[in-house]
Amino acid sequence: MSAITRETVAHLAELARIEMKDDELTALASELEIIVESVKSVSDAVSDDIPATSHPLPLQNVFREDVVGNTLTAEEALDGAPDAEDGKFKVPAILDEG
Amino acid sequence: MSDEILSFEEAMEKYDPVLGFEVHVELNTATKMFDAAPNGFGNTPNTNITPVSLGLPGVLPVVNGKAVESSIKLGLALGCEIAPVSHFARKNYFYPDTPKNFQTSQFDEPIAANGSIDIELEDGTVFTIDIERAHMEEDAGKLTHMGGSSGRIQGAEFSLVDYNRAGVPLVEIVTRPIVGAGERAPELARAYVAAIREIVKNLGISDARMERGNVRCDANVSLMPKGTTEFGTRTETKNVNSLRSVERAVRYEIQRHAAVLESGQKIVQETRMWHEDTRETTAGRPKSDADDYRYFPEPDLVPVVTDEAWIERLRSELPEPPSERRKRLKTDWGFSDEEFRDVVNAGAMDAIEETVAAGAPASVARKWWMGEIARIAKDREVELTETGATPQTVVELNKLIEAKKINDKIARQVLGFVVEGEGEPAEIVEKRNLAVVSDDGALNTAIDEALAAMPDVADKIRAGKVQAAGAIVGQVMKATRGQADAARVRELILEKLGIEN
Repeated sequence: MSAITRETVAHLAELARIEMKDDELTALASELEIIVESVKSVSDAVSDDIPATSHPLPLQNVFREDVVGNTLTAEEALDGAPDAEDGKFKVPAILDEG
Repeated sequence: MSDEILSFEEAMEKYDPVLGFEVHVELNTATKMFDAAPNGFGNTPNTNITPVSLGLPGVLPVVNGKAVESSIKLGLALGCEIAPVSHFARKNYFYPDTPKNFQTSQFDEPIAANGSIDIELEDGTVFTIDIERAHMEEDAGKLTHMGGSSGRIQGAEFSLVDYNRAGVPLVEIVTRPIVGAGERAPELARAYVAAIREIVKNLGISDARMERGNVRCDANVSLMPKGTTEFGTRTETKNVNSLRSVERAVRYEIQRHAAVLESGQKIVQETRMWHEDTRETTAGRPKSDADDYRYFPEPDLVPVVTDEAWIERLRSELPEPPSERRKRLKTDWGFSDEEFRDVVNAGAMDAIEETVAAGAPASVARKWWMGEIARIAKDREVELTETGATPQTVVELNKLIEAKKINDKIARQVLGFVVEGEGEPAEIVEKRNLAVVSDDGALNTAIDEALAAMPDVADKIRAGKVQAAGAIVGQVMKATRGQADAARVRELILEKLGIEN
């Protein structure tokens, strides 16, 4: 039974703000299913005494001193913004009140 | 349109409230959580910014070590266990105040968990609140909604974003459900947030100014019919930014929930926005799949690993907890429960402590800070410490009184001149010639005049009506503009008239 349905993909696409066509959703559902099944095989190789790992390197406690460094100017910060006003980023109305 | 509400009393007859709080504390580090941009308030918009603050492509965050230590200290102060290994995670959502489209937070491995604190209400009742977790994360930017009415998001045409606050270190403290507060629930809500504010201020890890958003509370409220134990559907009220609002918002939500349930309808699980102007909540976003945050471990940050030595070093740096300090001071000062509670509620505890340390007896310090200085503060609508009176002022006034240089009444006048900025008490007494007339000769002259002016009173005293001397004392005080030692004047009068006192 397939765990990744077309609806699952549509939901994820919505959450990730990616516009997808119907045929893309259908195609991706079966492709993702294969990927998930493949990754699952990793679980078979793992026993209970192996901790979950989210980093390939055995690093820990990499901290920064609490000292102020270089900053951008407001002009630099806003340089790549699609729109700006009054030294601030300008964004469209947030609520969809239609 | 306002929602229906039930009276609080009726709501309490039928339902038991269950509370839960998420309190966000902004740390007062010099820099942000994951980059070296300044952590400042009130600066020019979009200047406390680095490419990391903006989440530009290719940037890498680095954890602020001091923020981690502050978080561990807070965890310890809340009686939590500190995690041996703790991870950061990405909380993914789209909202313009979050430039990266995710918030770097902690998910299943927070830095601190399983604590509890005792909350004392004004009448001394103590509630224990269990802390589920305290985790590290970053603040979001600040939105200004334009083109609508009164700056609200509803009806806005567009919004402006200042990312100065984006990335400021936060600790989010989450309670377990709080059951059994009953009608004290609104009061307990206020006291809990006040206690958290006091703790973080005492630890020195936050400026703890609620009006600046340094301490922010989301209040969860649900009701269950009296006698039952299954929690009802909850709402989460946001935008509760003062202690007074916390109390009012919880009270309001209890009343609103009760009205909904009484009418046979169901509570919608949703976010409510508190409006201090109307003292109501309005519906925000319903909880839905938009809350599917797809947390996953932050690949750009490595684990925070603590050990015994580190934790014990931080524990040894913790100041005395506020509640223990209160107990110690109350005992040291010998105040009654009521006296001490009044001092705490008036915000006079620090001032009295400093005054005692500077050399005045506790009872004298209390008399001044709770009396004349409190009166001045009330008149001027300022805090006690903003009146211009200092612990040193009280100590000096007391010294002048003890040396019989001035009396209580004059001392209050001198205080008035101190807060007007005329200088220190001794200086003012000198300059304004306010010292008590201690020269018996001058007093005797004034007494003779008073006796001559009131021969009938003099006769009464001679006849043994000693209390009649009060009238003569009054006359002498008037003649010396209040600058005489009343007890000495009385002695002299009785001596003069040959009465043994």
